[in-house]
Amino acid sequence: MKILVCIKQVPDMESHFRPNGSATWFDESDLAFRMNEYDEYAVEEAVKLKEQLGGEPEITVLSIGPDRVIEAIKKALAIGCDRAVHINESAVASKEPWQIASIIAAYARSIQFDLVFTGMQSQDRGSAQVGVLVAELLGIPSTTTLVGFAYADGVVTATRELEGGVKGKVRLKTPALVTCQLGLNSPRYPTLPNIMKARKKEITTFQAGDLSSEPPLTGSSSFRHPEKKGSGVVLEGSVDELVEKVIVILKDKTAVLR
Amino acid sequence: MKLLLVGEYREGRLLDTSAELFGFAAAIGGDASIFLVGSAEDVPAFSGALYLVDAGLYGEYNPEVHKQLLLKAVEEVNPDLIVFIHSSYGWDLAPRVAASLKVAQVSEVIGFADNAYEVGCCNAKMHRNVTPSTSKAVITIQAGAFPALQSEGTPLVKVLSTDVASTTEFLGYEPAEAKDVNLAKAEIVVSAGRGIGKKENIEVIRSLAKAFGGELGASRPVVDAGWIDHGHQVGSTGQTVAPKLYVACGISGSIQHLAGMKKSGFILAINKDKDAPIGEVADVLVVADVLQFVPALTAKLS
Ligand SMILES: Cc1cc2nc3c(=O)[nH]c(=O)nc-3n(C[C@H](O)[C@H](O)[C@H](O)COP(=O)(O)OP(=O)(O)OC[C@H]3O[C@@H](n4cnc5c(N)ncnc54)[C@H](O)[C@@H]3O)c2cc1C
Ligand SMILES: Nc1ncnc2c1ncn2[C@@H]1O[C@H](COP(=O)(O)O)[C@@H](O)[C@H]1O
Repeated sequence: MKILVCIKQVPDMESHFRPNGSATWFDESDLAFRMNEYDEYAVEEAVKLKEQLGGEPEITVLSIGPDRVIEAIKKALAIGCDRAVHINESAVASKEPWQIASIIAAYARSIQFDLVFTGMQSQDRGSAQVGVLVAELLGIPSTTTLVGFAYADGVVTATRELEGGVKGKVRLKTPALVTCQLGLNSPRYPTLPNIMKARKKEITTFQAGDLSSEPPLTGSSSFRHPEKKGSGVVLEGSVDELVEKVIVILKDKTAVLR
Repeated sequence: MKLLLVGEYREGRLLDTSAELFGFAAAIGGDASIFLVGSAEDVPAFSGALYLVDAGLYGEYNPEVHKQLLLKAVEEVNPDLIVFIHSSYGWDLAPRVAASLKVAQVSEVIGFADNAYEVGCCNAKMHRNVTPSTSKAVITIQAGAFPALQSEGTPLVKVLSTDVASTTEFLGYEPAEAKDVNLAKAEIVVSAGRGIGKKENIEVIRSLAKAFGGELGASRPVVDAGWIDHGHQVGSTGQTVAPKLYVACGISGSIQHLAGMKKSGFILAINKDKDAPIGEVADVLVVADVLQFVPALTAKLS
């Protein structure tokens, strides 16, 4: 059995974001990058499945981006993926979901994976498109927003998270693609011995342009801080001053403190 | 502009969010048609073409088949814009339709100007405009971004059918778990976010909740990490609360969290990041370390 996990490297969301020169996206300098949170669940689920099947499946982890994404790839290898594909694209920020999906599909088509795991969305772009688009391009069934996953004999039973705490159960036959939601499992931390072992695992590099050269279907502009709407106040200062101020405001503006 | 709106059903009922599609259509203007996989028993008042598919025959979740049926409606209407709600149904079906038509998709739209759609990014901290470069486009609109509007009139119903085989088998719904904590009734809710750092620090937030005489809430990562149980979760997949006072401790203010608490009477947020999107809804944003500020506030209140 062959499993593919797609991971994206995204900036730490606690960063201060500034627009790049053309305001199409953020300026990357000074940002710390990490694995997209949703993809951590995808990696963990793939590794759990490998363990369930006695280690038989081979897991390939794939990431598109500049050299910095190798750090995220190494983490996935240390967690238990077997091999990696780094698709080099220095201008990954200007690639929109259709292009990213076309690149992934171009690679995946040649391997014929039985199962593909992606995150349900990336934290920076948040399009929730790439996973489903890959499945459509490969012509395989897919389902999204998994909070439960079970596999037996070529059949995936997925629990999807719907609104208001309701869930939906879906069954699909492999080859298939699923997108992972927060809370699907408890992602493990890589251990030191596994980090060492991961160093020996193979990372194959492709150039994105050699796989697909689809033109973009959308353009991006005016990347900015949202306009402040409310009349909220921002308080800064020493903790003691802040506590005093907050108590005065709560007494004045709410009926909860007497 | 010609619009094709895609509504949603759950267990035979048209979902309330569908009214936001009408709100969007009214705001952007143009001729709207609507596509529904649902039931003739519950169709909205509407004065345009309504493409109806019997969910009894094809199921409420059956993406491959819904896609094929929707493509039939697209062929008849020839819309410029196909509009979904950004929901578990919408974000699942929209990319399939966009891929089949090979047209642009813009996800989680909150506004528009000219041919560009405004969307949030970087966990709602930033916004940007996305412009489709294809003549048709698919969009999903953020739940709550456009007003719910009851439309009027009698729709011209056209029934669609297909014999395309489904690739996914829907096994059924699982109802929401019973809530052991009723946050909705509380006058004060004090919630812990990932910013508290570790499980043990829940107690710091619990003490503040006690000092206020309120209930303890939480953001999703706190629940997912097993620091507290799901009954405490506030947000689109947790509880919706509107207390007199909501205190957000180390919570960034994602759309899904805001959906559950933005109607609170007074919102106090404590965050070390001045840019955190919770600042958009907070009456007071205290820029501080929760682990320093919260114990100090608790001590003063007790
Ligand atoms: C379909 C869907 C449904 C979802 N449903 C929900 C839901 O119901 N409820 C929900 O909450 N989320 C939900 N989410 C997740 C949501 O998108 C966010 O990931 C989540 O709300 C983030 O939680 P957080 O703010 O606690 O954590 P983060 O976003 O990680 O924010 C932590 C914050 O703490 C601050 N911080 C860090 N350290 C400190 C410190 N020492 N002192 C002060 N501040 C500090 C940081 O600046 C940051 O702003 C959903 C997501 C999806 C896709
Ligand atoms: N550059 C990338 N490299 C590999 N996988 C990606 C990339 N971008 C997005 N993905 C995958 O697609 C999912 C959805 O991303 P998005 O459509 O951007 O919200 C992510 O969770 C990843 O699994």
